[in-house]
Amino acid sequence: MSELVMQAEDVHKRFGRLEVLKGVSLSVAKGETVCIIGASGSGKTTFIRCINHLEKIDAGRITVNGQLIGYREQNGKLREDSEKSIARQRTQIGMVFQRFNLFPHKTAIENVIEAPVHVLGVPEQEARATALNLLRRVGLEDKCDVYPGKLSGGQQQRVAIARALAMNPALILFDEPTSALDPEVTGEVLSVMEELAHGGMTMIVVTHEMGFAKVAADRVVMMDGGVIIEEGTPEHFFESPEHERTKQFLSKIL
Amino acid sequence: MLAAVDWHVVWQRLLHPDHVFFRAMYTTVYIAVIAQVMGVLLGLVAALMRSSRLWPLRFLSGLYVLIFRGTPLLVQIFFVYYGANLLLGFTLIPNSLDLGLFSLDGAVVAGILALGVNEGAYMREIIRAGIDSIDTGQMEAAKSLGMRYGLAMRRVILPQAARVIVPPLGNEFNNMLKTTSLVFTIGVYEMFADAEIHYSQTFQPVEFFLAVAFWYLVLTGLWGIVQAAIERRLAASERGDQESFRERLAQAWAPAGAFVRR
Repeated sequence: MSELVMQAEDVHKRFGRLEVLKGVSLSVAKGETVCIIGASGSGKTTFIRCINHLEKIDAGRITVNGQLIGYREQNGKLREDSEKSIARQRTQIGMVFQRFNLFPHKTAIENVIEAPVHVLGVPEQEARATALNLLRRVGLEDKCDVYPGKLSGGQQQRVAIARALAMNPALILFDEPTSALDPEVTGEVLSVMEELAHGGMTMIVVTHEMGFAKVAADRVVMMDGGVIIEEGTPEHFFESPEHERTKQFLSKIL
Repeated sequence: MLAAVDWHVVWQRLLHPDHVFFRAMYTTVYIAVIAQVMGVLLGLVAALMRSSRLWPLRFLSGLYVLIFRGTPLLVQIFFVYYGANLLLGFTLIPNSLDLGLFSLDGAVVAGILALGVNEGAYMREIIRAGIDSIDTGQMEAAKSLGMRYGLAMRRVILPQAARVIVPPLGNEFNNMLKTTSLVFTIGVYEMFADAEIHYSQTFQPVEFFLAVAFWYLVLTGLWGIVQAAIERRLAASERGDQESFRERLAQAWAPAGAFVRR
C-alpha cells in the first residue's frame, strides 16, 4: 500500500443527543479517489466536514499527511488545537461545497488568488499567473474578471474547484459538489473532477453520481446510520453489493 | 397671532447668519462626525466581542448595550461630563484638549465621548445584523482555505456585511446630527446653544428656534441627498454590475457623484 494521505480511526460525532458518526474508520492513499455514498442523514457530509475540522469530533482521531487534525495530544489526552495551527492544517486540505460558497464580492480570479496571497503570502503577480492556469484548466479563462453572480452554477463550482486547487492541497474534499446544480451542467463539473482524479489528485467525494464513481473512483464507501457498512471497488458496488441497505439504496438512485 | 413674530429677525437668521452661528454649526457637524465614527468603531468591536468564544467578552458586550441603550442619553452626557473624572480618579475629561492644529473644550470632549459611546451600543446591533445576514457558508469557505477568524472577517465577511450596514448607518448619522443638540446642556456652544442664548437675551422664542430648526433641516437634508446617492449605488451593485464593491463605494462617496444620476 502506498503512502496514506488521510487516516480516520473510529471517529465519533454527536449533535446534542443525536449520534451522527458511530465509529468511522477510513484510510485514503495518495492519489486515490474515494466516493462516499449513502442516504441523507447517514453522516457522510458530517464525516468529511470532520476531516478539515469544520466539525469537532467527540472521539477517535483523524490524520492528514500524518498530522493529527484539530487536536493535539497532551498527557495521552486529546485537546483541541489552537486556531492558528488548525488554520495552517486546513491549507493542505481543499474543500468544495455543495453551494459553491464563492466570495460574491470578488471576481472569479480574485476568488482563486485570495487565499494564496493572504494566507500563504504568495506575491500577487505569481498567484495571478497560477490562477489563470487553473481557470484555464477548468475551462473558464474567459470568465476571470466576472463576478460569481453572473456565472452559472456549473461555472461557479468550477471556479470553486480552481480556488481549492490554488492552495496546492494534499487532499480535496467534495461535499455533494453537483447536488445543487441543474442536470444539464453537472457534466461539466464532473468532467473537471474526473480529470483531477486521473491526474493523481487525492480526493474524497460525497456524491450520488454513480456514473462519476464508475469512471473516476478507486473505491466506493457506503455509509448508513453513522457507520461504514460496505466498501469496495465501483465494480463491486454495481455488480454484487452485499449489504441489504446498499442494494436498496443503489436500486433507488440508479 | 403672527403679528407678534418679528419676521425681520427670522429672515436675518435664515439668510444672513453671523459668523458665530457658523462656528456653532461647524461644532455641531464635527461633534456628530467624530461621535459617529467612534460609534461605528465601538459598535464593530462590541459586535465582534458578542460572537467571541470567551464568555467574559460576550458578557461585556451585552452589558455595554444594556447600559447605554437602557439609560437616557442626557443622563449619560451629564455623567461623563461631571462624574467621569471623579469616578475614575484620573482626568478622563480634560479642561481642554490640545490637538496641535486646534483644541477642544472639555465639554466638547465629554459630549463627543458620551454621544459616541451611546451610539456604539446602537451600532453594535446594526453591525451584528449585518454580519448575521451573511451566509455561514462564507465563513466555512474562508476557514477551509486556511484563513483565521480575523482575516476571514476582514476580507470576506465585513465587506459583504457593509451592504447591509450602510443604509441604517445613514439613518443613525441623521439622528446623530440632531441629537448633538443635547450637549448644549453641558455648555457646548453648538447650533442649539446659539439659538437658546439668543432666545434668553431677546425672549423671541419663535424667531430663533424656528431659524435653528431650519438649519438642522438643511444639515439633515443635505445628508439625506448623500445617503440616497449611496444607497442608489449600493442597490445598483446588488443588481450585479461588474465593478468591485470597493470601487462602487468609492464612487458613491465621491462628493460630486452624490448629485449626478447614473
